[in-house]
Amino acid sequence: MSLHIEDPRVIEFDVQTDEMLVNMGPQHPSTHGVLRLLLRTDGEIVHECTPHIGYLHRCAEKIGENLSPPQYIPYTDRMDYLAGMNMNLGFALTIEKLIGMEVPEKAVHLRVLIAELGRVASHLVGMGAYGLDLGTFSPFLYAFREREIILDLFEEVCGARLTYSYLTVGGATHDLPEEIDIPEGLASLTKRDPSQRMSFIDALEMFLQWLEPRITEYHTLLTRNAIFIKRTAGMGVLTPEMAVSYGCTGPVLRGSGVSYDLRRDGEAIYTRMYKDYEFDVIAAPFAVAPREVVLGDNWCRFYVRMMEVVQSIRLLRQAMKKYKAAAGSYREPFKLNAKLPKDEVYLETECPRGQMGFYVVGNGDGNPLRVRAKSSCFCNLSITDMLCQGVPLADVPAIVGSLDIVMGEIDR
Amino acid sequence: MDIQAIHSILLDKFGSEIVGSEPHKAIDPWIQVDGRSIVSVGKFLRDDQRLLFNHLNDLCGVDYFEPDPKKAEKFGHEPHIEVVYQLSSIKLKHRLKLKVRLDRWKDGVAGNLPCIPSVSSVWGIADWHEREAYDLAGIHFENHPNLRRILCPEDWVGYPLRKDYEFPLEYHGVRGR
Repeated sequence: MSLHIEDPRVIEFDVQTDEMLVNMGPQHPSTHGVLRLLLRTDGEIVHECTPHIGYLHRCAEKIGENLSPPQYIPYTDRMDYLAGMNMNLGFALTIEKLIGMEVPEKAVHLRVLIAELGRVASHLVGMGAYGLDLGTFSPFLYAFREREIILDLFEEVCGARLTYSYLTVGGATHDLPEEIDIPEGLASLTKRDPSQRMSFIDALEMFLQWLEPRITEYHTLLTRNAIFIKRTAGMGVLTPEMAVSYGCTGPVLRGSGVSYDLRRDGEAIYTRMYKDYEFDVIAAPFAVAPREVVLGDNWCRFYVRMMEVVQSIRLLRQAMKKYKAAAGSYREPFKLNAKLPKDEVYLETECPRGQMGFYVVGNGDGNPLRVRAKSSCFCNLSITDMLCQGVPLADVPAIVGSLDIVMGEIDR
Repeated sequence: MDIQAIHSILLDKFGSEIVGSEPHKAIDPWIQVDGRSIVSVGKFLRDDQRLLFNHLNDLCGVDYFEPDPKKAEKFGHEPHIEVVYQLSSIKLKHRLKLKVRLDRWKDGVAGNLPCIPSVSSVWGIADWHEREAYDLAGIHFENHPNLRRILCPEDWVGYPLRKDYEFPLEYHGVRGR
């Protein structure tokens, strides 16, 4: 008598051990901030994964009701603190849509330049931290080395390194500096004299020239790394239908093969900024993907981010040229005590982590009646339960990390 | 597709009892829908080949109320709550805003949450957005699979985004205010 087993995995699942509730977080290093996952496990296999959020809730929406829009800009920084510039831009555009303001041409190109630089910085953290989740330390150090220079450049622009409040209603708080010290990190990496001064645009061009060849190195280090592929390919597969139904946006949506980017498909007030720019929307599947990769898995989401860095560099090069040629002022004046009309607008912009939406209801007063911040990570995180069912415990950080969440944005 | 065309499709299908007589004029025009039929309207919007609103961008509650009696005259709105649905179609690339109007409290009794059917069976993400609207704006969603607070602690009292919300004086020995 022979025992016939069709699927060898069946045996493993048949062995029942006691069910256990494992509490992962909120201080766990690989949950990216104060995220608490409650895992119901059977041995090594996770059956249910319930995210508990709210540890970083700072009442951002309630605060918005008591402040005028320019005063609220610093609070948007603190939502997605890894891409503060993009959040500023999203809120500023929403208010401009509400009051029907048009920003000058120079401010538009300045905004594209700053927002794309912010996207590069944010995706670098996404890449580095994801490597860290999977147990490799060196990509993290390289990513932070590069990001540090971007932060230095931002510091020269507006004085802050993380919470910029730079892009504001009507344009930006001030123009790009004419002359800056070369950031120390950039000077030492490119072997230049750090006492030399140059314009911001030249320093940025110098940085881009240095960054571009490094991206190939990251691909060698992570994307094509055999261990990395084993940990990511075919893991955490998110189907396009599910991604759309669960409101996933940004690299998570595009990693599932849905080509949707608000810079191309968004509302007129936002796409107008990018109308003279050439760039590609990156979406899975990829011809260069390793054999094991499935549409919508961790590897695809990661690779979308990597390729978006390349596109952002492309956009930055165009923005620098256009900014130099543009006429006009860097801002349109907006009074702090200006009254908001009795109307309401909703606007989503493409932030590094997905579509960040702001909904502002004005009521003829200086302060809005209601400010709503729709977070992209909030939606992206809501699928963790579906993605983590039936995977080994060790793969939970790999799946959560591939969503690239920032708790400040989820809890607001 | 523009809002007028979407509105006439909805009006043909559901009639004027469910769908507001015409789209409200605003920067983003919206369509008013009767709360009790929101699930069938949502299903139709999602599945109809001309509309295909398969993406729920946002769902939130807005409290129209002025607690200060001196300012209440100038406020300009009847006290009520609105649930706002922001929809978009990934394929057809158009957008739509739906609104449902509710009483601030059910039957006028303070503390009795207004009810509206949950659309989490139509769009998956509505699950979490509705939990947030319940948590912060105090709206009860019927037939929701798991209607618990999401951002505030589970034993929190009150609904912070209500205009008449009062910040607690004390929470587990921590002094407020």
